[in-house]
Amino acid sequence: MSPGIFAPFRHAAVPLRRRRLREAGFVIIPAERPEEIPAIPQTCAKTARKNLPDAIMDQFLQQLVNGLAIGGIYALVALGYTMVYGVLKLINFAHGDLFTIGAYLGMTLFVSMGLAGKVPAWAAVALVAVMVMGLVALLGWLLERAAYRPLRSAGRLSAVVSALGASIFFQNAVMLIWGAKYYVYPEAMRPDAILHLFGMGIPVIRIVIIAASVLLMLALYWFINRTRMGTAIRAAAIDQGAARLMGINVDRIIALVFLIGPGLGGVAGVMVGLTYGQISFDMGFSYGLKAFTAAILGGIGNIPGAMLGGMLLGLIETLGAAYLTMAWKDALSFLVLILILIIRPTGILGERVAEKL
Amino acid sequence: MRLSLTNKGTGAKAGAGLHLSPALRIPAVLLVVALIAALPRVMNLYWIDVFVSIGLGVMLSLSLNVILGQTGIFNMGHAAFYAVGAYVTAILNTRFGIPVLWLLPVAGACAALFALVVARPIIHLRGDYLLVVTIGIVEIVRIALTNDPGGLTGGANGIFGIARPEIFGMKIRKGIDFYYLIWGGVGVTALLFWQLHNSRFGRALSCIKEDDIAAEGCGIDVAHYKLMAFVLGAFWAGMTGTLFAAKMTIISPSSFTFWDSVLLFAAVILGGGSLTGVILGAFLVFGLPEIFRDFAQARMLVFGLALMIMMIIRPQGILPPAPRRYDVRAFLASLRSGRQKDAASNAMRTAPDAGPNVKSEGEGGAS
Repeated sequence: MSPGIFAPFRHAAVPLRRRRLREAGFVIIPAERPEEIPAIPQTCAKTARKNLPDAIMDQFLQQLVNGLAIGGIYALVALGYTMVYGVLKLINFAHGDLFTIGAYLGMTLFVSMGLAGKVPAWAAVALVAVMVMGLVALLGWLLERAAYRPLRSAGRLSAVVSALGASIFFQNAVMLIWGAKYYVYPEAMRPDAILHLFGMGIPVIRIVIIAASVLLMLALYWFINRTRMGTAIRAAAIDQGAARLMGINVDRIIALVFLIGPGLGGVAGVMVGLTYGQISFDMGFSYGLKAFTAAILGGIGNIPGAMLGGMLLGLIETLGAAYLTMAWKDALSFLVLILILIIRPTGILGERVAEKL
Repeated sequence: MRLSLTNKGTGAKAGAGLHLSPALRIPAVLLVVALIAALPRVMNLYWIDVFVSIGLGVMLSLSLNVILGQTGIFNMGHAAFYAVGAYVTAILNTRFGIPVLWLLPVAGACAALFALVVARPIIHLRGDYLLVVTIGIVEIVRIALTNDPGGLTGGANGIFGIARPEIFGMKIRKGIDFYYLIWGGVGVTALLFWQLHNSRFGRALSCIKEDDIAAEGCGIDVAHYKLMAFVLGAFWAGMTGTLFAAKMTIISPSSFTFWDSVLLFAAVILGGGSLTGVILGAFLVFGLPEIFRDFAQARMLVFGLALMIMMIIRPQGILPPAPRRYDVRAFLASLRSGRQKDAASNAMRTAPDAGPNVKSEGEGGAS
């Protein structure tokens, strides 16, 4: 590989003490050898069916479940993008990295609390998820205070560059703290139980992930549409000035948005660790970009849209990879993004007409 | 009667401070040129190499500046055009043995054509949407290069064995030769883009950046000019790609990622959109990580932090373009003398050497 003119920006791995993580069952793989990442159980047919149409149907259903699981994760991350965009008209590039931090914090918390073996796995995972949600939410709030609030009146471009700076900062902070390695969540956290349903073996964790993400989204939907705070968020998204005149403390609303979005993103990070096994310090970029695609697909600034977009993108990607082409899987999601922006820039559910089109 | 044509709102606050008067400008430029020409005499090979990288970064940033800084099109996929240029050079050179420097215009034209094709359907999109689409484009290009369509791009390993460039029978091989080649390129780029900025075309771009609806109202074909700015920037990025390929002799998709586009974007925004500012911005973005080498592992961390802090301290960038100024006194005098038409057209001219009253494009205002 050529070093490129940007060679000074590529970084080397940092050795770090990882014995405790290993003892707790984490697998650590050097960045140079990604092929050593152990396979994670996928949804698969229990027994090969005799006749062809059934087999095709089986495969399709399996891919559907896989797609929904990754779609739920995209949707949770997309919610963070869409809420921030809705209120601030800012693409929070650091959101993907907050999601990465969530995945790593989940791992570290699980180890440092010494929960393995003492409490049931599901309880430990739930506790870790809640703690990660709180910590990442706090980090998101800090980010807004430090990097975005001073730029509120300075125009959108400077805020975008500040967000990029924050993204670089977080990504490298993760690399410095945990090292440029792949980590794999331990078996203790990632139960390998398989549920047999409709002749398919579906890893239980997938179903839990889908259920948990749907639950979180419903909770958010309820919060946004049925509570006073939620109404205030919607008001601030429509017109900040008018919202301020109505007695809404817009600064507090923005802070709230930066608590909710990163909180959900952090949980999604833990979920990625649980379903896909390996996590790496730079995964925030690709997941973040896809989640953002999902947000646009559904209509940016629109909360049900982000949920729908996430699920749809997960399905498109999984089915595309299964039936069309594996190597171009990532290009497919970007192609969807470009097409949707050309054909329908407001997204599927976006009702607000973009200002200057 | 007070007739102020300067734009107080956006540029004035930035324009205050160190104003370089037109009389001082030429000596200042000459000084910088002399400095750059003399630098390799005192630098070791490592720093010459760093400066070659910075020079490429400056050229790319200047080409992005036409799109982003002057026209206000949020393009975060500039590395895609750069990649097209570099790959066209590499493929044509390694397969057909065409000398690298002859490929400069070819690579530029291919990158421009690519930009034309991809930008045509998206150019009307609003700012952030365009930003996201261009991110998508740069990622698709990178994935395409990695997937090696038709066995052309060599997949993840890229293409190697690109020939060294030759000028008048002199082979450019050593670091110092590349230093002069690339900084010469930077000089030509800066000169041409300076002329462009002061042309009718450049004024149209400035107008579109300020307010594209108003520009449309003034009879500027906004979509056409935006597209042309895009194509022009891509053309230049493609030519820079040729120089890059010639310098590295090996190119691979890992040199043209989203992050490389981000660094270019940051250089332009950090610089503020004026020519001098963008050059300074590129120096910061591509040079700072070298200076931070003492921080070893933490240097990108410090870089991210520095980016945030710089934006908070100076959100308009280091040196935003000074507002365009018009010779109001000549205009008023012309009103009095009745030769309105003649003088008015003179007054609207913004060439920097049009007289002492015309303080156009003073690159002023360090913090």
